[in-house]
Parts: sequence; structure tokens; C-alpha cells
Amino acid sequence: MSPALQGLITIIIGVGGCVSYFYFSNLFLDKVLFPPSGPNAGRNINRANMIRPWLFLMPALIALSVYLAYPVVETLRLSLTQRVPGGGYQWVGFDNYTKMFGEPKFWEALKNNMLWLIVVPAMSTAFGLLAAQLSDRIRWGNLAKSLIFMPMAISFVGAAVIWKLVYDTRPVDQEQIGIMNAVWLAFQGGPMSVLFLKIVPILGLLAFAAAVGLVAWVFVRPMIKPSGPVGGGTIPLRLLVGAAALWLIFMSVRSAIGLAGTDLPYGVPQTWLTIPFWNSFFLMIVLVWIQTGFAMVILSAALRGVPEDTIEAAIVDGANPFQIFFKIKVPQIMGTIVVVWTTITIVVLKVFDIVFAMSNGQWETQVLANYMYDKLFRANDWGVGSASAMIIMLLVTPILIWNVYNARKEMR
Amino acid sequence: MDNVVGKKSGLTWAVHISMAVLVALWLFPTLGLFVSSFRTADQIATSGWWSALSTQERQVPAIRVGGTELEVDGRFVIEGRLFTATNAEVSAWGTTSTAPEANAPGDVVELGDGVTLTVAPDGAYVLSSPQTTAGARLPRIFSTAATPPEFTFQNYRAILFEPSNTDGMSKAFFNTLTVTIPATIIPILVAAFAAYALAWMDFPGRALLIAAIVGLLVVPLQLALIPLLKLHNEIGIGKGYLGTWLAHTGFGLPLAIYLLRNYMVGLPRDIIECAKVDGASDFQIFTKIILPLSFPALASFAIFQFLWTWNDLLVSLVFLIDSSGQTTVMTKQIVELLGTRGGNWEILATAAFISIAVPLLVFFAMQKYLVRGLLAGSVK
Repeated sequence: MSPALQGLITIIIGVGGCVSYFYFSNLFLDKVLFPPSGPNAGRNINRANMIRPWLFLMPALIALSVYLAYPVVETLRLSLTQRVPGGGYQWVGFDNYTKMFGEPKFWEALKNNMLWLIVVPAMSTAFGLLAAQLSDRIRWGNLAKSLIFMPMAISFVGAAVIWKLVYDTRPVDQEQIGIMNAVWLAFQGGPMSVLFLKIVPILGLLAFAAAVGLVAWVFVRPMIKPSGPVGGGTIPLRLLVGAAALWLIFMSVRSAIGLAGTDLPYGVPQTWLTIPFWNSFFLMIVLVWIQTGFAMVILSAALRGVPEDTIEAAIVDGANPFQIFFKIKVPQIMGTIVVVWTTITIVVLKVFDIVFAMSNGQWETQVLANYMYDKLFRANDWGVGSASAMIIMLLVTPILIWNVYNARKEMR
Repeated sequence: MDNVVGKKSGLTWAVHISMAVLVALWLFPTLGLFVSSFRTADQIATSGWWSALSTQERQVPAIRVGGTELEVDGRFVIEGRLFTATNAEVSAWGTTSTAPEANAPGDVVELGDGVTLTVAPDGAYVLSSPQTTAGARLPRIFSTAATPPEFTFQNYRAILFEPSNTDGMSKAFFNTLTVTIPATIIPILVAAFAAYALAWMDFPGRALLIAAIVGLLVVPLQLALIPLLKLHNEIGIGKGYLGTWLAHTGFGLPLAIYLLRNYMVGLPRDIIECAKVDGASDFQIFTKIILPLSFPALASFAIFQFLWTWNDLLVSLVFLIDSSGQTTVMTKQIVELLGTRGGNWEILATAAFISIAVPLLVFFAMQKYLVRGLLAGSVK
């Protein structure tokens, strides 16, 4: 049977089955089980109303528990067992985890994932905020937003092909067809090259370090100079932010010094995806390119929701556009920025297709999701594969708890 | 807003320019792929896509003079053409690789022994010799020609409509469609009923269920791969469309229920209470009132789920694609092509563009609903 026909039949059976399930189960409930008539009409109505919600929920609950809840438990179990040749499983405790922690490829994946987790949400949110703010002020803003939003519709694999063309490399004596190399070869080592490839990036890195320092200061200051009571529960968070910021500042200053000292290989076409460390960034750009549109759409709506009287008051007080943006608008949409940030963080944790299609984890670009796929389907090692899946789950858990906490708070 | 006090902001130009730069940066990569898919393999390999719109001046591969020899006025003449394109124009030519641009078109060059060679601007050459050149080693012509922009649909024809082409996308296209449509429709139906129950029916444990669904929203589907594959094998579904549809349904449900519930909660309470007073059952209220009113939310989720299933690679890799090669989807086909045809951009670009054309169409046609869905799903 042709798959198309099979698909059509499945649609009819699936949809027809769902509809008839809902229709007939309701009919059965009302006409046979608890008919709202006869001597017990009142009691029957109440009973029917107690059962009906579960009739409506049943298919969804079954699907959710089989396809999402059960796998979490089962993966946890698999990560603690090992397949015995010939069938069956054997309890091995934390052996899979110790084995995984002993692999350099795992630490490489974890390190890269951390880098992705910092860079991609930060850059997507920053670009999204910039695009949202700029497009709100011009007449062709809607068109511009559409075009920046467009990559959202493109698959990760399609995006991988698009960016592989951008990063394409031809031998030195041929004309370059990748735009990155074409631009790169335009730099010949003159003063303009020094300006654009050394001074501007170094200033950018230092500005980034300064921004990180500023954010960290906001978090850490209340502990050093307590102007009011510091919430006891926030101290670990504050320390964590401080430590992460110190590491980021160290990394960016080191990169800046490193960049100042190196001789860039002008005139030689580069194979961008094989340069260790930096190639991860070339992969991250693809995801930033996709996610910026999402950040922009949400932040743009939030910016429009900022009450106008606060802005008018600021203008009357003589604030310039930058002050209005950073001191009036941004603080008021901070909640939305956090939501955007966490949503992109979740996407980053699951990133698989881009790495799979562009480098497949070679040249030190491995990430956790692709490492897991390698273990599960190439090495056929279900134990270690499940263990790495649990690591991804562990990284998602704080966001999960935070989301549930917020949802509960909102319902009250 | 910034000129509330009658002062036009001096930043306007900076805003326009930075926005234009940003849009260009975001558009360029896709544009490159789009333009490349309409160029021939030769054009892609020799010049960047950004020069596709301008006239190209480049070296034509060297051609050795050949063809039938005619005797005209006592001289032996061979005529031929350097290239088949009719609108290209030779700007310089030569007979040695060391001086490939020695002569201008129209020059008559003496090659020794009374042999002369001339190349016309349109690429036609004439070799004339006093003796027959049969058996002799004929000269090579190096030339530089300016070719005006030229685009072709040949790539699309080869990839979509040639059944013998192993790189073809037509089968993968229909397979993707077969995965996508049921995987979009079924979760909507299931989720709509559940969302109604969670929004408008009172029962113990409702708040807990909603919290659980919010939690399931972020569970990485990577966790589900092995247990579900095992489950599918045990109950006899194995790898195939049915398993893929079920998996997509399961993975799409949390977002569907969450979006639809949030939307349904916002519907006016009066309508539903009036209907109840008039004696409508829950089932009637749902099908006659809630479902039509929830159309925007249904459309939002339908677009999400469509884009997600169409663009998905991982779920298809695990639950659908077997070794027979009959059930490949487009994303998988493109990854294969990246491996086997890494340098053949005319194939890659066309295949990739075919796969992203449908989502782009949906995107531009229904952007309003997509934005609405995003806002409902995140700003909370």
C-alpha cells in the first residue's frame, strides 16, 4: 500500500476514531450510565459531571504518559543498567556514568554545551532586542521584522546547508564561492584589516567583559554592602552568577590578548569549520540566526506594552533615547527577557540537527545531544546513551521547576 | 513617541541604516542559497553567487582546435566555436597557457609555417593552413569571455522530475508530507478536548495536571528515543509511519494543550453559562461554541506543529527511516547529500530550497497566527 494512501486512511481512522470516541463515550455516559432522568436524576447529573472531564482528558493523558512521562523513568532505569549479550538487562549501578565521565569526548561535549548555553541565548536576545527596538521606530519595520523572523520557518538542516555555503572553502588559486572566505580574502593585512579584524573585535570582547562585570556587580553588591536584608535563599545564586561572570571575564580578556598577539593568516582561504574552538562559534551563529526572530517578536510585543506615560515622563525629565531604552523600557520588560532567555536555553540544550549536519561533532564541536545520538545509534551503547540523556534532563530540570512554580503562582 | 516634545530625533538615519544592515545580514545567507539553486554547476563553481547578477568576465577552459577540414581557395580551413553560449563575448585570447590573454578578438595570429588563427568576438575561430593539418597537433586556444547573467530551472527539473535520479527529492517530499499531515491533525483534536476540560470543567486534581503539562513542555525528547523505540518494537509497530505519527502526537501535545487551554480560559464566561442554562451539554458547548471561537489558537498550534514535523530530523531518523531507503524524509535526504555531494552546490542548494520552500510559504501566508501563538506560548 502506498504510504500516501496509508496516511490518508490513518487520518480518517485517527480523526474519525477520536471524534467517535468523544461523541459515543459522552452519549454512553448521558444515556446509559447516568441518564439525567428518573428517580436519581440529580445524583446522576452530578456523577456524570464528575466523570466527563476524565473522558475528555483520557486520550491526551494516555499519550502524555506513554510518550513523555514513562520515557523519563525508563531512561533513568536504562542508564543504571547494561544490556547483557543474548538479551536481558543487568543492574550496574552508576557504572555507565563513571564510564561516561572517563571519556574526553563527553567533557568536550559538556564544555561546548556550556559555551552554547551562554553565547546563543545572550546573542539571540541581544539581537532580538535591538531589532525589536529599531523596527518599532520605522515605517518599514513590519517588513524588516518579517525578514528577520523568516529563519524560524527554516529547518535546522536547511539552515545547515545555507551556512555551509557561507563557510565554503575553495583552494587558494580558485575564486571563493563562500561569502566568508570572499570577505576574508578582501583583507590583505593593511591598516583596515588591523582596524576591522583586531581593534574592533578586541574592543567588542572588552565591552562584553565590562557588560558581564556590570551584571555580576548588580548581583554581588548586596552581599558586600548590605543596604537592606539580603534574601538568604538568593546567596547561592548570587555566588554562582559571580563565579560565572569571573570566568567569562577571564575568557574574554584572554581571547582579546590572544587576538592582539597572533598573526592572522591573511590571503589564505580558511576552512572555518575545522578551526578548533572557534568552529563552535561558527555553528552557534546558525542557531542565533534562527532564534533571533523569535526573541524579536516576543520582545517587540513586550516593548509595545510598556506604558507610555513612563516614557513621556522620562522625556519631560530630559532623558535621551538611550536612557529611555536602557533605564525605562528594559527594566520594565525584564520578565519577558528572562522568559525569552530560558526558552532559547531549552532549544540550545536540545540542539542536535545543526551539529549533526554540519560537522557531526568532529573537530571538537561535539555537543551533548549529538554525543547521545552517537552512543545510542552508532556505538549502540544504550547504557551510556541513556546516561547522557539524563545529563540533558538534569540541565533542563531547573528551568522545568521554575516554569512549574510560575504557572502555579499564576493560577492562584 | 520620541518627538513628543516636538523634537525630531537625530537618530532616525542611524536607525534606518542599522536596521537595513541587520536585515541584510539575516537575509543574505538564504538569498545565497536561493540564487545558487538557479545557477549551473559550472557557474557556481567558478564565481560567488553575489556576482550572478553582473556580467562575468572569466577564463573559458582551454579548447583544442578540432573539426572537419575544408579546402577553401587553396587553403585548408577549420572552423569552430569556443563555447556554446550565444551571448558571451570574448575579450582576449591566446594560444599558450603562459600568455592566455595575448591577443584581442579579431586579431589574425601567425602560428608559423603559414598557419593563421583568428578568434571572433562571438567565440567563432578560424584556423587556416597552406597544407592539410590532418594528423598534425593542432593548437589550443585560451580565452577570456564575458558572460551575461544566466539562470536555469535545470536543477529543479533534475531533482524533482527525473525518477532515475538517486539524488531526487520527489519521493522524500511525499514521505515528508505523509509524516506531516496526520502528525499535525491528530494532536490538535486530542489536545482541544483536553484543553477544554482543563479550562472549563471543575474536577479534583486539575491544577496538578496543568502544572504537570507545564513541566512536560520542556522535557527533552532525546529522553524518549530509546524507551519508545523499545516499546514500538515490543508491541509490533516497529519502524514506520504509525510510530512516527504517534511520537509526533505525543511530543506535540504539551504545547498544544498549554496553548489551547490558555486561549480557552480567556473566552467570555457568559456565553458558556448561557449555553448551559439553555440546556446544552458539555459536548455541545465544546463543538458548537468553543471550537469555532478557538480558531486562532488552533491555527497557531497547527502552524507550529506543521513546521516542527516538516523540519524534524531526529524523530524521523529514530522512528521512521529503516535500511530499505524507501521511507527517507527530506531532511535526512539533505544530510545524505551533504555527505556524498558536499561540493555539488547545484544539487545541495536546490534540494535544500525545495525542502524549505513549503515552510516559507506557510510562514508568509500565516505569519499572523504564528506570532499570536508565540506570544500566547511564552509571555506568561
